[in-house]
Amino acid sequence: MPLAAAVPAPPRRRFRIGPRLLPYLLSLPALLVCIGILIPFGTAIYYSLQRYRLSQPWARSMNWGENYINFLSDPSFWNTLQVSLTYTVLTVGLELVLGLGIALLLQKRTLLNNVISVTLLLPLMTAPALAALMWKLMTNPNFGVLSYLVGFVGFEDFRWASDPSTALLTVVLVDIWVYTPFIMILLLAGLRSLPTQPFEAAALDGVPRFVAFFRITLPMLMPYILTAALFRMLESIQQFDIIYAMTQGGPGDTLTVFQVEAYLNFFQSTNVGRSAALLLILWAITFFFSNLFIKNWLRLRERARGEH
Amino acid sequence: MEHESRLERWLRGIALALVVTFFMFPIVWIVLMSFQTNETILRMPPSLLFTPTLSNYEALITGRLVSNAGVLEIEFMSNLMNSAILSVGSVTIALLLGVPAAYAFARHQFRGSEDIAFTLLSFRFAPPLLVLLPLTLYFQELGLADTYVGLIWVYQLICLPLILWIVRGYFEDISPDVEYAYRISGHSWWATFRDIALPLARPGIAAAGLLAFIFAWNNFIFALVLASADKQPVTVGALAFVTASGIQYGQIAAAIVLSIAPTLALALYAQRYLVEGLSLGAVKG
Repeated sequence: MPLAAAVPAPPRRRFRIGPRLLPYLLSLPALLVCIGILIPFGTAIYYSLQRYRLSQPWARSMNWGENYINFLSDPSFWNTLQVSLTYTVLTVGLELVLGLGIALLLQKRTLLNNVISVTLLLPLMTAPALAALMWKLMTNPNFGVLSYLVGFVGFEDFRWASDPSTALLTVVLVDIWVYTPFIMILLLAGLRSLPTQPFEAAALDGVPRFVAFFRITLPMLMPYILTAALFRMLESIQQFDIIYAMTQGGPGDTLTVFQVEAYLNFFQSTNVGRSAALLLILWAITFFFSNLFIKNWLRLRERARGEH
Repeated sequence: MEHESRLERWLRGIALALVVTFFMFPIVWIVLMSFQTNETILRMPPSLLFTPTLSNYEALITGRLVSNAGVLEIEFMSNLMNSAILSVGSVTIALLLGVPAAYAFARHQFRGSEDIAFTLLSFRFAPPLLVLLPLTLYFQELGLADTYVGLIWVYQLICLPLILWIVRGYFEDISPDVEYAYRISGHSWWATFRDIALPLARPGIAAAGLLAFIFAWNNFIFALVLASADKQPVTVGALAFVTASGIQYGQIAAAIVLSIAPTLALALYAQRYLVEGLSLGAVKG
């Protein structure tokens, strides 16, 4: 807990330390490092307006919006868009439901609950690429323990990520394993910070618990749910590590989400122009959501401050 | 909520047991696997009864894998070393650059400060490949392709925004009055920053540094695109190892265990810092 927490926020007093330039000087190094990163961003825009294949450098030329216009009639682009959105909706939706459920289970501050919530941090701290490898070992058709276990429930010869019909479910499962704890932690903290009076009043009035949940808990928790969902959406639509480590986008084009498709375009078909255009479309989508997220998150942070 | 029926307690217990099983099982299983020979791993049905062996770890540490197909050289230890160098280097740089900037943003409302802070934050959310793919071409020209420096610089994309925003929140929570008094009594701004502000914000700096370390360690895509073979961290190295060694499942499991152990240990050791850091200060526990 911050030291100043007990003190009501004093009116911000602005005082000048040293010359007017000081704040600029303090933040300048950080800015310079980041400006170096803005240059490639500009380059990417430039590439996206070109016909540019690494394998055919002689044919490089500006084609302006052609890469983008081509997408309209390009089934593999629509596939990318569809897979990315499906992946995002499935992962964020399932993780929200699971994360909220687990947070409700762990809501009481008992020793056991605290120990469990700490152990649930571990999947979140596992590198997603390595998590995918772990699941790959467990779902190996020859010796994987999960392949063996699903045999009991009637799924003989279940092929997990190597079968086009179950590949998406497999990577979604890994995503859920890694990121559900993130949502759980955020919602648990949110739940524990809710005031208790409304719940006591509802209990006194004999309101059934599930009614209280939908009428009191859920609305009060909504800002936290929204922040967690937006944050996860931002990450999920850009997912690369889990999918690439698990299947490299395969089998076929089953899992070619935006970043995987762009990576394969760049390094395998060396189509730099198309790759850059794909990434810019992804950037436009994430930019929209990141603005929503930042707004929400700042509001939540202000509130968390106000409570202390 | 106090009146929980017995049935309810049972259901809650079963649900919690399922949750813990789902989230812990993969880690436990891979650890068990890393102590088995290929023979026992391939045995069906899988069994918890086996004589543990350290041979997988031995092979990784000595860097020589003797199999029927001959001797395979493994570079895995150098991958671990690379991960350590890249993560420690990135966090150090990010702290040196980010903490003063965070202080400037917290204490001074200067022209464009909010815009700059938001721009830095939005880097965190842009698709990494958008920056990485053009950079591969630049890195070749600049001669950074085969260096730690180049990678550590790009890792600032992950570390810097994180540190900037978490530490800024901490500075803002500290009342400036103490610093003001210290300044009035004739100390320079640098002495004030060093003796008053920094020590007060230490928990925030620790949380941000820890989280930045974990994210840098766990990063995959930056190194996959930019790192040459001898600069690869464990995340990329492990994947290459799977492709190269094919069926040495015991060693793969051991490599995964060694790769995730540092971050898991850190997380357990400093878990109280993590929660607030993870929510970027949106929730105060």
